[in-house]
Amino acid sequence: MGAIDIALVVVSAILLVCVVAGLWRGVRGPTPEDRLTAFVLLGTSGAALFIVLAAVAGAPALRDAAIVVVALATVVVVVYTRRSPT
Amino acid sequence: MRDVVVIGLLAIGTLFFVAGTIGLLRFPDLPTRLHAVAKADNLGLGFIVAALAIWALTGEPGESAGVGVAAKLGLIWVLCLVGTAANSHLLAGHHRAAARAQRDRVAPADANDGEGPISDDTRPSGGAP
Repeated sequence: MGAIDIALVVVSAILLVCVVAGLWRGVRGPTPEDRLTAFVLLGTSGAALFIVLAAVAGAPALRDAAIVVVALATVVVVVYTRRSPT
Repeated sequence: MRDVVVIGLLAIGTLFFVAGTIGLLRFPDLPTRLHAVAKADNLGLGFIVAALAIWALTGEPGESAGVGVAAKLGLIWVLCLVGTAANSHLLAGHHRAAARAQRDRVAPADANDGEGPISDDTRPSGGAP
């Protein structure tokens, strides 16, 4: 289907722009929680980008990579917010 | 018809992602930024997963077709829901504790120091001395 493929490529381009824009908050954010929020958005936008690319490029392994990215963001946030006070 | 539905859902999902990203960049405070990111995650990813699941269930045969693909996409979305909810609670709670610690370090609190009618104290005794 030509129209859906073009739409998926456009969506993946927009999601890539979102991923890069999230880095700005990661650099800028005054507190570490802001940077972690940017990382969470990075994880979810990256996961959306992966599953769209899996549909476009016919690479089903990218869906597993999307699961890994989402879980990684959660693990990083849990480790940071629940570490013992130093 | 199916093309229209799939492209429409993709467009709505992308719109939510763009809105969430703009919210992350432009909102003034951590809780508002968390709210924007949570909307982008749940709704944006939900609509994109719905579009791709419809395409997988009704599309042409290939690598991205079948019920298994649609089920895996649904599981990715559910994992993201739970993860984002947990992340939001953890980050907001940690930020609040850190902000309170910062405030106490700068100006140690007296009794009823600067607190309005609604106290931050959530102990069962209601903060009674």
